[in-house]
Amino acid sequence: MKRLLEWQIATVKAIRPETPDVKTLTLALPDWTAHRPGQHYDVRLTAADGYSAQRSYSVASEPERTGEIDLTVERLADGEVSRFLDDAVAVRGPIGGYFVWDGSIGGPLLLVAGGSGVVPLMAMLRHRAAAGINDPARLLYSARTYEQIIYRDELEALARKDGLTVSYALTRSQPPGWKGYTRRIDDAMLREVSGPLGPDALAYICGPTALVEVAADGLERVGLPAEHIRTERFGPTGP
Amino acid sequence: MPDRFVTRGFVGRREPLGSDQAARIPPGQHLVKDFPVLSAGPTPRTPLASWSFKIEGLVKDPVSWGWDDFQRLPAQEFTKDISCVTKWTKLDTHWRGVSVDTLLEHVELDRRAAFVTAFSDGGYTTNVPLPDLIDGQAFVAYEYEGKPLAPEHGGPARLVVPHLYFWKSAKWVRGLRVMERDEPGFWESLGYNNHGDPWKEERYTGD
Repeated sequence: MKRLLEWQIATVKAIRPETPDVKTLTLALPDWTAHRPGQHYDVRLTAADGYSAQRSYSVASEPERTGEIDLTVERLADGEVSRFLDDAVAVRGPIGGYFVWDGSIGGPLLLVAGGSGVVPLMAMLRHRAAAGINDPARLLYSARTYEQIIYRDELEALARKDGLTVSYALTRSQPPGWKGYTRRIDDAMLREVSGPLGPDALAYICGPTALVEVAADGLERVGLPAEHIRTERFGPTGP
Repeated sequence: MPDRFVTRGFVGRREPLGSDQAARIPPGQHLVKDFPVLSAGPTPRTPLASWSFKIEGLVKDPVSWGWDDFQRLPAQEFTKDISCVTKWTKLDTHWRGVSVDTLLEHVELDRRAAFVTAFSDGGYTTNVPLPDLIDGQAFVAYEYEGKPLAPEHGGPARLVVPHLYFWKSAKWVRGLRVMERDEPGFWESLGYNNHGDPWKEERYTGD
């Protein structure tokens, strides 16, 4: 049977630090395929004796950028794979057909992120901006500290331009004069953020399991039907 | 030569070559000690009073058990290694539940029966060839590590088919539909492999 997802060797074109622990790799792909925002690629490293290790990373970039993809990677001190991603690497993708959003799906968009779970949601927001989609969108993004917010400047720029509202919940510490949320995600917060989008909103939640469970259950409690809620986990097993 | 592209300096964090554990980890997988949770939507929470488990489709008389009746079926302990397509493998997981063989003793299968769709609360489905579910290969579990199976792990009951990638082990399972023809389930329709054998790395469509 034809192998539909072939491995290819991607070249690392650029590495950009996002936060002290997170970096974005721009990979040039010899056989680029337009992804749907929310999809991921598998990355494979092979040792000289043939042992190989694989991980999945969400695409952060929009499909309007052709020939290359951005992967945003959390660097774990003992990460088996993440600390070797700086030269060239075998990848295959794009993969995943449910946790995706593009103009063909449309509708008010509600995004809930925990930590590096923002990565696939960022692909959706970048696509929304690049494709000129006007459906309202809201992002609720929980991070421990201000410094750990990934894509902060770009999110602020996106929120200034079009119908995107970004709300942050900083759960560990906040800078002086902080006006955002200062607690973990709860039902009251979900009601405030989702309310203006109405019951037709389509929700995408990505983060650690505890956050995903709280946000998915909470959105059902504040009135979103279960079939409008899509979830993805971004836990310590990813990198 | 993408299949043999070697990363300079990469050795990998693996179990010692030739060790019992290394031999139990399928290609491209790595060992975890925790139990990651993956699901496509909110966790369903069906009260046990309205829970049932059905076997339907190509059977002479469909059967349905309520929760209490299901608990009275002969149960077994299972110790199994499990592998998720998201690359983690967990060894020696302990379950208690009812073998699919035991469940199928309560129905008369039509001779055309060849495939099964497991269906779950929340609308999830997954397809498994009938030969992959019998002869002690699959069970419906309601206890994990000596405790009732937690909702985020598929409780009150999930199908467990440990020799296939774990998305085949449908969480919140409510029944088996016996069929003549194969019908792709939820992930099988969204780019994932129709069969899902971890030792053959049947991860995605066409693998």
